[in-house]
Amino acid sequence: MGPVETPPRRAEELAVIGKPFPKVDAWAKVIGETRYADDLVLPRMAHARLLRAQHPHARIKAIDTSRAKALPGVLAVITGADFPPVKFGILPVSQDEEALSTEKVRYVGDAVAAVAAVDEETAERATELIEVEYEPLPPIMSIEEALAEGTVRIQEYGDGPNIHKLVSLEFGEVEEGFREADLIREDLFYFEGSNHLPMEQHAAVARWDPDGKLTLWSSTQTPHYVHRTLAKVLELPMSHVRVIATPVGGGFGGKSDPFSHELVVARLAQLTGRPVKCTLTREEVFYAHRGRHPVLMWVKTGVKRDGTIQAMHFRSILDGGAYGSYGVASTFYTGALQTVTYKVPRYKFEGCRVFTNKPPCGPKRGHGTPQPRYALEVHLDKIAEALGLDPAEMRRRQAVEPFSKTANHLTITTCGLEECIDQVVEASGWRAKHRQLPPGRGVGFAASSYITGAGLAIYWNEMPHTGVMVKIDRGGGVAAFCGSIDIGQGSDSVLACVVAEVLGILPEDIRVVTADTDLTPVDLGSYSSRVTLMMGNAAKEACEKLRGLLLDAAAKKLEVSPADLVARGRRVSVRDDPGRGMSFAEAAQLAEAAYGTLAAAGSYRPPKRGGKFKGAGVGPTPAYSYTACVAEVAVDPETGEVRPLEVWIAHDGGRAINPLLVEGQVEGSVYMGLGEALMEEQVFRKGLHKIPSMLEYKSPTTLETPEIRTILVETIDPEGPFGAKEAGQGPLLPLIPAIANAVYDAVGVRVDEVPITPEKILKGLDLKAKGQAPRVGPERFPLVGYPEPIRVESAFGQPADLGRP
Amino acid sequence: MRERLTLKVNGEEVQVLAPVHKTLLEVLREELGLTGTKHGCELGECGTCTVLLDGEPVLSCLLLPVECQGREILTVEGMAVAGRLHPLQETFAELGAAQCGYCTPGILLAAKALLETNPRPSREEIRAALAGNLCRCTGYTKILDAVELAAARQER
Repeated sequence: MGPVETPPRRAEELAVIGKPFPKVDAWAKVIGETRYADDLVLPRMAHARLLRAQHPHARIKAIDTSRAKALPGVLAVITGADFPPVKFGILPVSQDEEALSTEKVRYVGDAVAAVAAVDEETAERATELIEVEYEPLPPIMSIEEALAEGTVRIQEYGDGPNIHKLVSLEFGEVEEGFREADLIREDLFYFEGSNHLPMEQHAAVARWDPDGKLTLWSSTQTPHYVHRTLAKVLELPMSHVRVIATPVGGGFGGKSDPFSHELVVARLAQLTGRPVKCTLTREEVFYAHRGRHPVLMWVKTGVKRDGTIQAMHFRSILDGGAYGSYGVASTFYTGALQTVTYKVPRYKFEGCRVFTNKPPCGPKRGHGTPQPRYALEVHLDKIAEALGLDPAEMRRRQAVEPFSKTANHLTITTCGLEECIDQVVEASGWRAKHRQLPPGRGVGFAASSYITGAGLAIYWNEMPHTGVMVKIDRGGGVAAFCGSIDIGQGSDSVLACVVAEVLGILPEDIRVVTADTDLTPVDLGSYSSRVTLMMGNAAKEACEKLRGLLLDAAAKKLEVSPADLVARGRRVSVRDDPGRGMSFAEAAQLAEAAYGTLAAAGSYRPPKRGGKFKGAGVGPTPAYSYTACVAEVAVDPETGEVRPLEVWIAHDGGRAINPLLVEGQVEGSVYMGLGEALMEEQVFRKGLHKIPSMLEYKSPTTLETPEIRTILVETIDPEGPFGAKEAGQGPLLPLIPAIANAVYDAVGVRVDEVPITPEKILKGLDLKAKGQAPRVGPERFPLVGYPEPIRVESAFGQPADLGRP
Repeated sequence: MRERLTLKVNGEEVQVLAPVHKTLLEVLREELGLTGTKHGCELGECGTCTVLLDGEPVLSCLLLPVECQGREILTVEGMAVAGRLHPLQETFAELGAAQCGYCTPGILLAAKALLETNPRPSREEIRAALAGNLCRCTGYTKILDAVELAAARQER
């Protein structure tokens, strides 16, 4: 393939892209017709419940299911012994999970047995009759305990007794950079973990057919990976397993792993010969988790007097919980993207993930990057203050160069960061507000960048990351098939918009068929902000093939060259003489008569552009999005309460395929960031989850969510379909540090620990009143045996290599 | 123990034989097949299961159907009349106020109750009326916009 084609620059050349069409699934959603997993009811369907451990760490000595089996209405009771002895996990390097635990339980909520019964209540009662004999083991509940404990192990693998992963990379000589710096600053930060809190609890329904075929409907963001896991754990051929992802009622990363309940309903359906459903309770969603990792961070940066960064050294320790999940990738992500926002010529990263006896952490919106972004942006705010520079202007001057490489060998294509900064500075009135608002009021600034799809699949393979098939009916109807799953972000609508644009019809003319492993080509899933770019490129390729056939057939009839024709407004007509042409349906019939059934496929695989060192797999992407944000807050010095007043956010997500949807992603990201900044935390006491309910786990309502002013900055990226990049995750990143910096502007207190609760602010105000440093946050960074770094030459400043394999 | 109940749901009288301890949420979803009403916690914390009882928003996960006999129950399936969408349903679809759509039925009904007592609410009044309904996708922005637009259209 040669260099990528430059997409049209002017929006007026496009008929559908860039227009605020309603989502294709909006109508079903507003009449209550959308069928989520728990809405499915099959004839003779049984109901399953899981028995979950009440010990954070214990050996399973014996399980007696006889009383449960004897309960009338119970159809089957299973334990780990009823599965093949096969472990699984989302990453090939962390195959450490079991459908039901056999030897040990590793957190309160770990599943040990399951029941299928005629109804949910009977199943629940039966789980209470299962007797498990445990031998309690000492629980390990914090980063410090995990690092200190040398005898008791949670897992039997990893880079230390309770260390899952250690990473150390150095790009260029950081010490040399520090020597050249005018100012060197070191800071410590802590970011507490949080749950995704999707409104829909996870649910799955399985059906086992007598011919040995399994169908699973599930609320999942990754049907392809669930497909692989079911086949592996149940030892079935993949061709006999069908996974249908139902519309997901909120994911945010929390439905990206294969889960116990999915494997359990499948096994129970095999054993009972009946369809089986399991819907988690809200409490169980907190145990299934895979949410934001708690991360302790240390950062050291050396700068020149004008704010030019000379070198940066970043250390992280992630509290991973009891299993691997995405943790190895999460660990790399806490270090990978520091270099993508600002010019960092020399960079060193040391990362560590520990196991603890808590629900496993995984990917939540921003996957591993909101924590370091919070640390970095507050750290830079402190540096700007020390240098007497405006923090927004200082960052603007440090913005990365478009089409260049970073120290850690990441390729940047378009970058709208400077424009994003200009836009929010202007819209918010930043210059007149920063350090100038009355006491108790403040503004904070932060910026960020994020990937548009991971450059590598989760398991190593050479196949495409996504595929789209398009079929044109002789009535002019179009069906598009893709394995992508709409989790509310609007991927079905993006598919319809791209197909409509290329074929010259409207989104409403298109039937989308998605997320069914039997019917649709593989798409890796709704994670890493990959779907719009990857699926969009595949859809474009498929539709361009079909459009070629339509234009050829129409050209023969009209006796013109195909190059003179355009497909637009449900017509195929001569570009300069729109009256001369035919309807889309007529062109389709001519093409079908000439070439046979009209169907085509397209696929997409990202460019291979990472570095050549071990660990280079995390961070590369076809394109990075950029965001800048100003938040204004009021802080009550009596109560310590923070009230966000208004948020201005400018996001460079490339071309907005549908601006309505892009704005929605930005607004939702702002909201979720505010929740994490101010209140959301998944915390534990004596091995127990402290707050596994929606009442006690605080999240923002309409009353805590301020007005959000969204500005879209549309760089047209050569990698994306029509120039599109991502919007679903990046805009969350700057929110949290912008709030922290605004709190400092309002009351002069640095809260270097998220969430920024009233207690922490009051503590800071108290320190300030006593004349001590008004800072609240971690005081020390424990000793970690990071290995000698892998030393790699810095690629900073090199031009981007856009060639494709 | 099952009990015979007579309920009026979306204008239609229906007879149900349901266990006495089943909540209105369970009876709507499991006995009547009205799965448009969703659940997020089943503890009265999230507002997802909101339906209208004699026009008032109530949490169907906390109500027993026996208390609802002889009263008008409205679920999302009953909002459109003779195939014509309620203005709120139209504006929620047009403005992208439903992302994952899971909280949407409850929010539509809470908003409908608001517009019936206060046809031209201020943004703050809309915020107050919807404060009991969590949405994790939208940041509420497009939801507030959609309620405002529906109110403006209804007035015309």
